[in-house]
Amino acid sequence: MDHLRTLPLSLPRRCLGVLAIAAAALLSVPADAQEPSGKFIVMASTTSTEQSGLFGHLLPAFKAASGVDVRVVAVGTGQALDTGRRGDADIVFVHDTAAELKFVAEGYATQRRDVMYNDFVLVGPKGDPAGVKGNNISAALKKLAGTTQPFISRGDKSGTHAAELRLWQVAGLDMAKSKPAGESGGTGRPAGYKDCGCGMGPALNMGSSLNGYVLTDRGTWLSFKNRGDLVILVEGDKSLFNQYGVMVVNKAVFPHVKAELSQQFADWVVSPAGQQAIAAYKIGGEQLFFPNAK
Amino acid sequence: MSVITESLGTATQMLAQGDERLLQTVWLSLQVSGTACLLGGLLGLAVGAALAITRFPGQRLVVGLVNTLLALPSVVVGLLVYLLLSRQGPLGDWGILFTPAAMVVAQSILVVPLVAALSRRLLLSALSEGGDQLRSLGAGGVTTALVLLVHERLAVLTLLLTAFGRAIAEVGAVMVVGGNIAGVTRVMTTTIALETSKGDLPLALALGLVLLAVVALLNAGVALLTLRGARQGVVGAEAMA
Amino acid sequence: MRAPPAQPLVTLHAAGAQFGNTVALAGVSLSLQRGDRLALVGANGSGKTTLLRLLHGLLPAAHASGARLAHALHPEGRAPVAAMVFQRPFLLNLPVHWNVQLGLWLHGVPAAERRARTQQALARVGLASLASRPARALSGGQQQRLALARAWALKPDILFLDEPTASLDPSAKREVEALMAAIVGEGVTLVFSTHNLGQAKRLATRVAYLEAGRLVVERPVREFFENPGLPEQAQQFLKGELPWTT
Repeated sequence: MDHLRTLPLSLPRRCLGVLAIAAAALLSVPADAQEPSGKFIVMASTTSTEQSGLFGHLLPAFKAASGVDVRVVAVGTGQALDTGRRGDADIVFVHDTAAELKFVAEGYATQRRDVMYNDFVLVGPKGDPAGVKGNNISAALKKLAGTTQPFISRGDKSGTHAAELRLWQVAGLDMAKSKPAGESGGTGRPAGYKDCGCGMGPALNMGSSLNGYVLTDRGTWLSFKNRGDLVILVEGDKSLFNQYGVMVVNKAVFPHVKAELSQQFADWVVSPAGQQAIAAYKIGGEQLFFPNAK
Repeated sequence: MSVITESLGTATQMLAQGDERLLQTVWLSLQVSGTACLLGGLLGLAVGAALAITRFPGQRLVVGLVNTLLALPSVVVGLLVYLLLSRQGPLGDWGILFTPAAMVVAQSILVVPLVAALSRRLLLSALSEGGDQLRSLGAGGVTTALVLLVHERLAVLTLLLTAFGRAIAEVGAVMVVGGNIAGVTRVMTTTIALETSKGDLPLALALGLVLLAVVALLNAGVALLTLRGARQGVVGAEAMA
Repeated sequence: MRAPPAQPLVTLHAAGAQFGNTVALAGVSLSLQRGDRLALVGANGSGKTTLLRLLHGLLPAAHASGARLAHALHPEGRAPVAAMVFQRPFLLNLPVHWNVQLGLWLHGVPAAERRARTQQALARVGLASLASRPARALSGGQQQRLALARAWALKPDILFLDEPTASLDPSAKREVEALMAAIVGEGVTLVFSTHNLGQAKRLATRVAYLEAGRLVVERPVREFFENPGLPEQAQQFLKGELPWTT
């Protein structure tokens, strides 16, 4: 009875076999179906731009024209610019002109070019308890400050947040000055001001559940599905326009940056082909971004 | 409540249709977390074994440190790895930031304390049972640890599954080091986070259900393997009676 | 036939063992000779297991005190190979034959020889037909026989056993004792602890009585059980275990 020779594959060997197969499976097949060794650049952009769906429309067009993949890392404007400052992105595409010019002045890019603009809108509950409806954002914000209605601010150093703070300033309100709870009126922070330190979507989620007012870009609003009772109350004011700029990260500062490929994108997006692609992007028949490259 | 029922419907639909992008995302999740579980698991087992079989001054401190790291938030791990892999960081030349490789690194690190703490506990218990006998047979420290790990392979497997669960369910680390790039570093959890922030809650929930279903399938497969092994033992005992 | 000259294998001089604040052994002086069959008897906690481990060399140096000397074998000129069997055998969650092969593998025996010696050892203890069964599926007696097979396969010069039959039913006990006798017949030196004084009488050449970590008395077996000149504690112990002696 020679059991030792007639044994099936012993347990330890079987385990090793399973492990080997698992390891081979895990490490072999690339997850994306794209050619693994294709040309690509890393673009730091903003969550609002990505969530608007523009990239899903624009980037395939660029890829078809140039064969270059654009990998978008979508974070807040502040973080996107910081990513550029660290050299972790090849190109930056955000919507905060003042911050972009500072980026160039600091030497992290040699040039900034206008690409397109979209607009912000003020959304709020259908019943509009603060009575802000209209097309004048300054007046709307002043009125809102006089009430205790909730207003959700992104508070995350994003382009939207920067724009929001500028609008409050123009309306004569100083966000740095807070008021005692419950008081309304005056020139400090409105009583219902809530700073969530979050992205556009979460801010809208909060506005939807609190039935409050939120300043949002039209793109995010159009694709936002959890609206609850919120509708657009203020739009069309010139100061609600949101300018986008593109900057290639300076190769002189970060030699590893893929400057040529990034420049290809920067050139393409301001070219007639790119500008046309931008204008062609619509949600529900509505154009979101308006090309204005010079 | 309707959101949940809607999500269940969407989830079933997605699984049935086998949407290609969904499958790619699921596969990437499995790849990243599976690889991290293997790498982090190996390192964790080594650390746990070392802590179980050796005595050195300050050992209590190291064990305390490992136990504390169990509570390491995933986003903190993500931040640390980001700083390491950023071009400004010490490993910037590797150039793996915003790629799946970075995600594997982050999740491996996340998993090591868990595997180390659990495997140390496991080995200490096994050592008290069989340490003397193995020493008597001539096994040194490392050999003893290896033999005991094989001996307790079912427990080790459960341990690794726990680590896998921790990895595949986390979002903080992979979001920061991967950048949630569509088609490249977007995994199930970051997709869920994205859809939630876009306000598409039913879709987000449905994706969560899909993720759970995938992990449940994996666990079922593993349970089947182990059940077969356990049943052999029972049959053996019955045949003896 | 003349008795072979005494050949010490392990000598202890005032040896002791301490775990934290507990003194398990103190002032033990003992010389284990080749061919001895030494039985350690005494109440639970008297230090029998610790003494076995100390003689075997399993005790971590941090816990040991005094002198322990190991001597080479004559005429082989090498260190003695030792093996130990515990009261409850620790068997790996693997088939029976792997448990035996492990010991041989750890001793550097090449694969073919390992398989052959495993087969022989299993056959010797009557477990050959269960070679591919999971070791944990065996009965208590079978498991202890497997532990013996594992030890035997190593061709030890000294075999240590810590209460090897304490957890076994009478028939299993007899089987294990028979195997111990067979092992002894091959010239293996035996050191075993036991509660079973009959076992000590049957198998031992020398008996050592321990109490509270001290080696109280050590005598050849006949003297131990029949001579009235034993120290008081030992006499009391014997009376307790064998109430019909006086």
